[in-house]
Amino acid sequence: MKRLPRQPSERIDRSKPVTFSFDGKPVSGYEGDTIASALMAGGRQVLSRSFKYHRPRGELCGCGQCANSLVTVDGFPGVRACGEPIRAGMRVEHQNAWPSLDFDVMRATDRVGGPFTPVGFYYKTFIRPRRMWPVYEKVLRSAAGLGKLPKRQEDREWVTEYRRRHCDVLVIGGGVAGLSAALRAAEAGADVVLVDDDVEPGGRLLVEGERDHARDLARRVADAGVEILTRAPALGYFDGLVPVWQGSTLHQIRAARHVTATGAIEQPLIFPDNDLPGVMLSGGARRLSSLYGVAPGTSAVVAGVGDSAIADALALHEAGISVAAVADLRLASADNGVARGGPLGGRLEAAGIRYLQGMTVVRAAGKTGVTRVALARVSPDGVAVPGTVEDLDCDLLAVSGGWVPASSLLLQAGARARLDAVTGRFLAADLPAGVHSAGAVAGDGLREAAELSGTIAGATAAASLGFGSDADVADQRERLTELGGGATSSDASSAPGRAAAATLDAPPPAYATDGKRGGKSFVDLDEDVTVKDVEYAAAEGFDSMELSKRYTTTTMGPSQGRFSQLAAARVLSKVNGAPLEEIGLTTARPPWVTVPMGALAGRPFEAGKRSPVHRRHRELRATVKWAGDWRRAYDYGDPEGEAVAVQTTAGVIDVSTLGKLIVRGPDAGELLDRLYPNRISNLAPGRIRYGVLLSDAGRITDDGTIGRLDEDTFYVTTTSGGAAAVEQWFSWWMATWDLDVQLTDVTQGLAAINLAGPQARTMLSGLTDLDVSNEGFKYLDAKQAMVADIQCLLLRIGFVGEVGYEIHCAAPHGEKLWDALAGAGARPFGLEPQRVLRLQKLHVIIGQDTDSESTPYGAAMPWIVKLDKDQDFIGRWALEHRDGDAPLEGALVGFTVNGGPVPTEGAVVLDGGEPAGQVTSARRSPKLGKTIGLAWVPNSLAKDGTPLAISDAGQRIDATVTTVPFYDPEGEVLRS
Amino acid sequence: MSFLLTCPNCGVREVADFGFGGEVSTRPSERPGPRELNEYNYFRRNVAGVQREWWVHRSGCKTWFVAERDTRTNEVLWTALPELAPPVAAPS
Repeated sequence: MKRLPRQPSERIDRSKPVTFSFDGKPVSGYEGDTIASALMAGGRQVLSRSFKYHRPRGELCGCGQCANSLVTVDGFPGVRACGEPIRAGMRVEHQNAWPSLDFDVMRATDRVGGPFTPVGFYYKTFIRPRRMWPVYEKVLRSAAGLGKLPKRQEDREWVTEYRRRHCDVLVIGGGVAGLSAALRAAEAGADVVLVDDDVEPGGRLLVEGERDHARDLARRVADAGVEILTRAPALGYFDGLVPVWQGSTLHQIRAARHVTATGAIEQPLIFPDNDLPGVMLSGGARRLSSLYGVAPGTSAVVAGVGDSAIADALALHEAGISVAAVADLRLASADNGVARGGPLGGRLEAAGIRYLQGMTVVRAAGKTGVTRVALARVSPDGVAVPGTVEDLDCDLLAVSGGWVPASSLLLQAGARARLDAVTGRFLAADLPAGVHSAGAVAGDGLREAAELSGTIAGATAAASLGFGSDADVADQRERLTELGGGATSSDASSAPGRAAAATLDAPPPAYATDGKRGGKSFVDLDEDVTVKDVEYAAAEGFDSMELSKRYTTTTMGPSQGRFSQLAAARVLSKVNGAPLEEIGLTTARPPWVTVPMGALAGRPFEAGKRSPVHRRHRELRATVKWAGDWRRAYDYGDPEGEAVAVQTTAGVIDVSTLGKLIVRGPDAGELLDRLYPNRISNLAPGRIRYGVLLSDAGRITDDGTIGRLDEDTFYVTTTSGGAAAVEQWFSWWMATWDLDVQLTDVTQGLAAINLAGPQARTMLSGLTDLDVSNEGFKYLDAKQAMVADIQCLLLRIGFVGEVGYEIHCAAPHGEKLWDALAGAGARPFGLEPQRVLRLQKLHVIIGQDTDSESTPYGAAMPWIVKLDKDQDFIGRWALEHRDGDAPLEGALVGFTVNGGPVPTEGAVVLDGGEPAGQVTSARRSPKLGKTIGLAWVPNSLAKDGTPLAISDAGQRIDATVTTVPFYDPEGEVLRS
Repeated sequence: MSFLLTCPNCGVREVADFGFGGEVSTRPSERPGPRELNEYNYFRRNVAGVQREWWVHRSGCKTWFVAERDTRTNEVLWTALPELAPPVAAPS
């Protein structure tokens, strides 16, 4: 392999050398090279080792479709070397071979284990004994696979930008059909996006000597206003949404119409050792030589089933590669016009290339690359006809088994794969409304037909949206029909034309062989599945395409069956004696191309939130963890000390995460009366009441405080996690009821800091002119006042059980307020000490101590339900039906552990040895010197002093039920 | 699943911008019996076809509105603020 003389269509810039490394050694190429083309120009033929047998593999398709060229680039595995342009300094490493790419010890599985490792071997062998599976798994996982992820999290991170793009027409594929469709639709006035996976649009035009035409066409398309995205493969079709991956951007493109012009995929031929490096698709070999000036071999043999292989052979010859012979499977008949190579035959003769009519390849031979091939005529079932075998020396075998439309996106959109009886190809038929196909994917693969079908698809798509008319493409339709195109238009009149087109290719046998022993004939290179594997699987009963796929994993590798699906169908057809259309094709699921998980993953809709005081927590080296959407301080290094400080002096905790709603209007009281089970409308201005929210099934959904600021204005707080849901709940009922009331969510506009402890009042008095005496500012009073020169709303409530002031202010002043309170001597405390403190008071946390079954009766707050109030309220009917009965869900009670460990949250409460409830919270209380908790228990156990048996992961813990708070049961401290 | 919805305030947006509020059902006007209450709380029609349902513009203006959507194709027939929604057709 070497670099060829300058090629007319090459995309490399020979004046700009680029150096990168492969397995630590420097490799140089030119700007415009792919990793594979640069490596091959440097003489490297083996690019990877196969999945199961670790056989050496070289370039196959040359265009980023196959799995033979998967490498790791700068630590990211699974990059296709033949599609990835080189960059100076990039680190490229091989995958799946040890100790080196050229010497891989696991090759032994091929040499020795071959006959002993048929498909299904792993399932059957490594299932017993079950306890050994972890050991087997470890070995198998390291033996198989496709690259390794970086170990360190920071090396694995992937930043993706999401972009949404709405357009009239999305054209997928930038070949001549796609470009023509985009041009026609854009000229009619439609907003068009065209996506293509190559570095520039043009498709096969670029390779087949029409680069200038391709660039001219692309320029006209761009000038017509089409947005062209290159190196941007479409990943799938989801109800009209097409994700398109382009580097670190994921475009989510939604179009009113889709033109799929994804082309066709050249198929390999199946014969013994068809995977040897040096065996390439003929189109791939041509692509390497024409675009990158790389000779994939010095002496070539070409084997094909139609004109495209002959054209490729001529192109290789013109590029400067010696072509010994072309084997053409087609037999000449009186009227098919393929005698002596048909129209291209004369050029072969002029070039001095032997033309072997009716022959195909029946074996390849060589050690780490092909050195010799056997050609022969074959019987219909693929066996070499004796006496026709001819051996030829070569280091490049370029094969072409015909073309398969790349119809996966169409099938994902809902089209059906149907065998076109005339051409013998599977075409996507019954396209859903708004989805069009053009070019080779529609069966119109020839240059002129592709251009015509693209223009027609573009005109039709645009016209259906009211842009222009498709009547003026009537001539093009007629011409396309003459050419045998338009097969997917289900227009029977084109059948004669298609019959003419059918002579272009001959369907190859399922596989060809010289009849000798030895060698593996691969159906699927990705997964190392051979013809024998598919036959064995069929003999075991896995004889339908869907079963065979799942059992043998054919088509399930990184190339998604591009090169194996039809081959596997042909083998099954042969085994079953069923026609190909009965075998059918499976739908390749998204993603259609390999895409890093990082490009798809993420939390695009739920933004992480930080309190306005968050910087202070960082400065204090708080243990910061996620709590729902929020980053919160769990403790500041000493949760016990923090809890003690709150009960002896005073503490401050950032509660800015609480949901905060302002409910205002003449009907505000009425609204709250309907939403809360207790009375809110009779609350005096300046007073606060606790409230729980219920569903209409009477279950607790959230809780918080309601303060009345003036006659028309209420300030409602919710739990931190429930803020969004409560806002939606309120606004949903407001949309249903005709009330004069407005709702404003001020959750993130306000900071809130709770100051609590025996010295809280003294500390606060130093920061405000407000009368903070117990007479001037009673428990459950709400006051607006200046604190540390900041306008604040102060709520006197006591979640942690001490005298406490929840102080709310505008978010930008949060840090200043925090500093003032901490400066007055209050010790910062986190969520963890708060949980201990509230547990001492048996204050429940909604969602922690309650679940979707909990009613106020079960959750020990029957006093909050005012069934005697006039209003109907949400949940009232359900509670009325249960009023006076024991709650069905059991009872939430406190408990004390009689020595022993702190039970895990979720530990089981036993009743008569049977599971009957669970622990919802448990902590060690430094103040009380014992372990306390909350648990749901059967109603029969919900009495003070009842012994409670808890089973925690098999360990028995004895506890005693308590129904009154452990600390300050009468609330005297709170009210003092 | 992927489709567009028209927020009566903000216009056409991706479905991911919205929160789904379930099919529109009517809260009983009088105190229901246990069976009627259970049906209201727990039973849904769950039709395969055109359904009237609640949506909220969660990532936008937070407006609740009603839509009619074909649950089989995700085709959205119309959206409207609740007070402007056309009356529900009598069941045929």
